[in-house]
Amino acid sequence: MTISVQSSILQSAQRAFAFGSPILELDSISLRFGGVQALTNISFNVLEHEIRAIIGPNGAGKSSMLNVINGIYVPQEGSITFRGERLSEMAPTHAARLGIARTFQNIALFRGMSVLDNIMAGRNLHMHASFVEVALQLPRARREEAENRAAVEEIIEFLEIEHIRKTPVARLPYGLQKRVELGRALAAEPTILLLDEPMAGMNIEEKQDMCRFILDVNDHYGTTIVLIEHDMGVVMDISDRVVVLDYGKKIGDGTPDEVRSDQNVIDAYLGVPH
Amino acid sequence: MPDFWFFLEVLVGGLLSGTMYALVALGFVLIYKASSVFNFAQGAMVFFAVLSFVGFMELGLPFWAALPVTVGLMILVGMGTERFVLRPLVNQSEDTLLMATIGLAFVIEGVAQLAWGVDVRRLDLGIRDEPINWVMDKTGMLVSQLDVTAAAVAGIMVAALALLFSHTKVGRGLRAVADDHAAALSIGIPLKHIWMLVWATAGVVALVAGMLWGARSGVQFALVWVALKALPVLIIGGFTSVPGVILAGLIVGAVEKIGEVFIGPFFGGGIEGWAPYMLAVLFLLIRPEGLFGEKIIRRV
Amino acid sequence: MLYREAGQFRTSYAQDSQIFPLRQDRVGIIIMLIAAVMLPFVANSYWLSAILIPWLVLSLVALGQNILMGYAGQLSLGSAGFMAVGAFACYNLILRIDGIPFVVAVGLSGVCAALVGIVFGLPSLRIRGLYLAVATLASQFFIVWALDKFGWFKNYDPAGVITAQPIVMFGHNFATPREKYWVVLAIVAVLALLAKNMARGSIGRGWMAVRDMDVAAEVMGFSLLRTKLQAFAISSFYCGVGGALFAFAYLQTVEPSAFGIDLSFRILFMVIIGGLGTIMGSFLGAGFILLMPIFLNIFFHTVFGKSVDATITSALEQVIFGVMIIMFLIFEPLGLARLWQLTKERLRLWPFKH
Repeated sequence: MTISVQSSILQSAQRAFAFGSPILELDSISLRFGGVQALTNISFNVLEHEIRAIIGPNGAGKSSMLNVINGIYVPQEGSITFRGERLSEMAPTHAARLGIARTFQNIALFRGMSVLDNIMAGRNLHMHASFVEVALQLPRARREEAENRAAVEEIIEFLEIEHIRKTPVARLPYGLQKRVELGRALAAEPTILLLDEPMAGMNIEEKQDMCRFILDVNDHYGTTIVLIEHDMGVVMDISDRVVVLDYGKKIGDGTPDEVRSDQNVIDAYLGVPH
Repeated sequence: MPDFWFFLEVLVGGLLSGTMYALVALGFVLIYKASSVFNFAQGAMVFFAVLSFVGFMELGLPFWAALPVTVGLMILVGMGTERFVLRPLVNQSEDTLLMATIGLAFVIEGVAQLAWGVDVRRLDLGIRDEPINWVMDKTGMLVSQLDVTAAAVAGIMVAALALLFSHTKVGRGLRAVADDHAAALSIGIPLKHIWMLVWATAGVVALVAGMLWGARSGVQFALVWVALKALPVLIIGGFTSVPGVILAGLIVGAVEKIGEVFIGPFFGGGIEGWAPYMLAVLFLLIRPEGLFGEKIIRRV
Repeated sequence: MLYREAGQFRTSYAQDSQIFPLRQDRVGIIIMLIAAVMLPFVANSYWLSAILIPWLVLSLVALGQNILMGYAGQLSLGSAGFMAVGAFACYNLILRIDGIPFVVAVGLSGVCAALVGIVFGLPSLRIRGLYLAVATLASQFFIVWALDKFGWFKNYDPAGVITAQPIVMFGHNFATPREKYWVVLAIVAVLALLAKNMARGSIGRGWMAVRDMDVAAEVMGFSLLRTKLQAFAISSFYCGVGGALFAFAYLQTVEPSAFGIDLSFRILFMVIIGGLGTIMGSFLGAGFILLMPIFLNIFFHTVFGKSVDATITSALEQVIFGVMIIMFLIFEPLGLARLWQLTKERLRLWPFKH
């Protein structure tokens, strides 16, 4: 199923933020779980301000790749370089402080909280008041709460979810939950946004909305985006460059057109044994 | 009497009670293997089982009739638990299920006391709590006949259960059920029968454990707490490992007794109340899956 | 009809974040507070000493337990142990520091309990669920044992049961039940407000994030170490203060056996029945658990016309509490607090149905 997003936003020459130098570099990443080799010798880079898609058949290791970037999994081999600084090990909290935010494939919203609270939680790194200040509602805590609430309301408006801001997320339909999760990731004002199948399970209208949001975020704030996606139409339309994974190995890397006509990629998707 | 023999005596005493801890712990493992639920009420069930057994005998039933009647009662309790507590909560978090079984424990304890009263009962199994004479003559160690018999019975049951799990069709069925109810049903495993078998076995285990402990120390409410000592045993041994639990039971029994006898006097006693739990915490920090348990990997 | 929000607009985020955004709620709370303060003038001393004071104190402890279990999701069976730390700390502080005001002693006792809480909360960084519950059991058993065996805590008093010192502040001895009640009411009200502020703010969000999805929380920059230990510390502080008040305003004795595992289970029941993760639930749950024995006695009196043996009522209590826990967990995991909330929502619509 292909969808087509208004091409006026897509003329890459007219992008608000031109591509910068590589902001993220992955070098020879290998990841194992006991006997299962999830990733083998993966290397690719992500340019600042670009939209980079990671595609591949199911089980190719795409989510694991994001988890490595985030620091949730630690690769046995390889390194991550962020803004020129080489990191031997990444931890999730460190990744957050570096400005990497993400959404999860199976929606990792905080089910006991409302939409507003979930997105406010995403502002965590902007809130510095200690528990004493919060308990006594001292001026700094009150001010911080109001300021961050204002920032969150901007996101809520952007994502058009004002009507559900006080609803507990567990009660929301799937599509809206995914949108809230995007909001929560955006709340951190990230430099890099990792999106794990942000449009899975959505119908055409929802997908168009999501595409619009993703493109707007990239266009408006210059956020670099790395997304895993199965819908080829979406990938072709909105991404600048694509990485193709299969069985934990990289089998393609280039612009959507280059990748689309790569024989290896075609074989992988059609299931030709190789 | 030379220190070595005394130490050995204490150690043997600890190991003997350790086999009984292992027996109680196996009841937990049974339920856990079949339903992935930790049944906090197991201790209460031990108490209820033996109290009912003694109660039935007081009502006039002879020993060998009271046994099956009590087992039948325990099956009812088990089926009731499955139907009214576990099934309605089937998709809830582990924590929720744990809290529900804590509630269940209190219900069973309360019912036990309402039904049978709060007096302490004696249970006479025909074996006296006296030292084995030839051991005492040879080594000077005081090893109670009752303790040895209890340990032997516990040991036999433990071995039987271990074999049941690993080598029989029923055992495999149990493990399938624990892993995935729907899948087990779809390959024709009779869920209801498995459940009944599980609870019957757990009931028998609870009854035997209760009888052994009760013969030693009287049938009273404190039995619930003795049974809950099985908690550290499970943690140290690993929740799903039968050999682990056996070994852990012995360790806990030994550590408890040795601690009480040799370190206790410096503090005025009471070590055995917390030592097994502290040991479990140590294990949790160093090796959370226990001696032989499965490592838990969380997929994101 | 009365409980309408029409015409009440909130024009700033600060207004939207208030605890009681509806004017009717604000009025209601003020009335309730005034009533609470005036209560001793109408209630008799038995009600004050045997029901209201323990209710307030146990609500405070339940609050602490709720912070740990309800908001931060850390299963704990050791609340009574931390109460004991608070009680003994308070005793020792008043004993060894001349003229220390009671409130200061209570506050410092809370801090002591918080420190102990952090130590015993360390395992939570590696384990959760049942395992953590067992670790808290270890803390419960060990703490009570240690306080009993090491004579220093009891000032080497051979009697075994220590009498709590009088409550002295600003030169006044708060000796009557009425005065004790006011001290307890003030402390509990203030701490409850602080807890509410924390729960609704960034701190509470951090706890709930770690409770619901700790991996996602980390990805957002929440330090699991800091968040969990903070929850243990604050929760133990509340339990410690509660313990000190329990000993000084209610029992008038300071003894380890009052803080046994049974009390920990009672607190657990209060929190589950009252509503996990709510402030109101702590008060409702504590009230329910405390009033049940009285209610049962009255019930038996009216139905059977005579007193029933205490062992029967206590066994019956156990059954009732156990059944209620199971039923609440199945049907309404947010407990009495949620039922109360639903009632309020009904009232907002009344006399309409929806």
